[in-house]
Amino acid sequence: MLTSLSDAASAQTPSSALTGVEIALETRALSLWYGKRRALEEVSFGLPARRITALVGPSGSGKSSLLRCLNRLNDEIEDCRVEGKVLVGDTDAYAKDTVVHELRRRVGMVFQRPNPFPLSIYENVAYGLRLQGLRKRRELDECVEAALKAASLWDEVATRLDDSALELAFGQQQRLVVARAIAVEPEILLMDEPASALDPAATLRFEELLHELAQRYSVLLVTHNMQQAARVADYTAFLHQGRLVEFGDTDSLFTNPRERQTEDYITGRYG
Amino acid sequence: MDRLHLSQHISRQFNSEIEDVRRQVLAMGGLVEEQIAASMHMLTDRDAGSSAEIREREQQVNAAELAIDERCAYILARRQPAASDLRLVIAVVKMLADLERIGDEAKRIAKLAERLVGEEGGTDVTASLGELGAQARDMLRGALDAFARLDEDLALTVMRRDRKLDEVYKELFAILVERMQHAPDQIPVELDRLWCARSFERIGDRCKNVCEYVLYLVRGKDVRHSGLAKGGESPGA
Repeated sequence: MLTSLSDAASAQTPSSALTGVEIALETRALSLWYGKRRALEEVSFGLPARRITALVGPSGSGKSSLLRCLNRLNDEIEDCRVEGKVLVGDTDAYAKDTVVHELRRRVGMVFQRPNPFPLSIYENVAYGLRLQGLRKRRELDECVEAALKAASLWDEVATRLDDSALELAFGQQQRLVVARAIAVEPEILLMDEPASALDPAATLRFEELLHELAQRYSVLLVTHNMQQAARVADYTAFLHQGRLVEFGDTDSLFTNPRERQTEDYITGRYG
Repeated sequence: MDRLHLSQHISRQFNSEIEDVRRQVLAMGGLVEEQIAASMHMLTDRDAGSSAEIREREQQVNAAELAIDERCAYILARRQPAASDLRLVIAVVKMLADLERIGDEAKRIAKLAERLVGEEGGTDVTASLGELGAQARDMLRGALDAFARLDEDLALTVMRRDRKLDEVYKELFAILVERMQHAPDQIPVELDRLWCARSFERIGDRCKNVCEYVLYLVRGKDVRHSGLAKGGESPGA
């Protein structure tokens, strides 16, 4: 029997959101500077394997910066400095002997606006496979078909694989980019507002795709759309001014967040 | 008091929608409280004069329930509330059902009181019924105050008053059974008094429910069936 509200709280709040959950990627005290400006401040979290984790927070909170740290896209930016650790499985992403293009194969990325190459639908998906050395046409055909099926695009493009990818509708282009990312069999998919430029129907189709992808891949999704995070994510992380304020299962975070800042943000109050 | 910052949304329209719902619930609660007071007056003062007024107010309570339910559905559909906003809407929808049922109990007491107006004797029992009614009415007032002020301490205090009300009800029950055994020809009258007592007891239970929704709203914890109302510690413990 409960005798006080604090008992009620301890009885119903999980001690840790990730107890017993397999972790695909982990950051430990990850900090990032652009020149003298600190964009991330000792961010530590685990990305649950084969689950969808949403990363939410106001503009400038460091969401995209965090995403780009995870597969070292920030390497391309001058004056960018990273401290702390990013572990993909057992691999230290920033170790000297880490092969960056192999890291990026394991940790794929889908951006806000679809960015298909100005090639055919087929060649877009086959591109990464060819870079990996796959040459046999039959094997390429099989991989391209599997990737397009996994991206829920096959039925729409099976008869027009040689058409230019640029002729596809916006929502189709975004799914093509997903097919291109998963063709090289990554473990993790980073998605930076992938549905923000899509219409409502295409958005829902894309969210359905996310659920299917999460059966095989660990997805980290940056979104500004709170309802989308609430709809699709198993876990949600709230980032504010470069700090990870709260991380928890989505049900708890959207009904009873622990932190005032999280509550203010997800309910649209003055922060 | 705005402990949950319910009026600090960036959208002023949303602030006003939330505030409207809270105000409407308190207004409905006020009507229900008046129903209890009027039915108690009929019962203890043996005055049937308020029955038409009670029937009319019952219609207002029912209309308020429908109107607030509709507002809550609009907020869910249009705002997709989260966190404390979502808990407010859920708590209000549940609270409405209990408030409406409290109104029904008050109407039932009024009907019974109308039958008891002409009955002689039973002054002590009527006084005890008045005491039970006063406790039930105070619980409702406390529950509504707890909701208005989002006061978890008060909600817990009111919940724990339900035990006292249950004890008074049990004592009265025993007295009424004894009276029926001693004067079987008075059984119909005593049964009417028993039903009144039972309704006040049920009002106490429903006030306890309202307080549980207040705790859910403020703390985000569902304390139903937790035995919390029976505990002796303060919520801050």
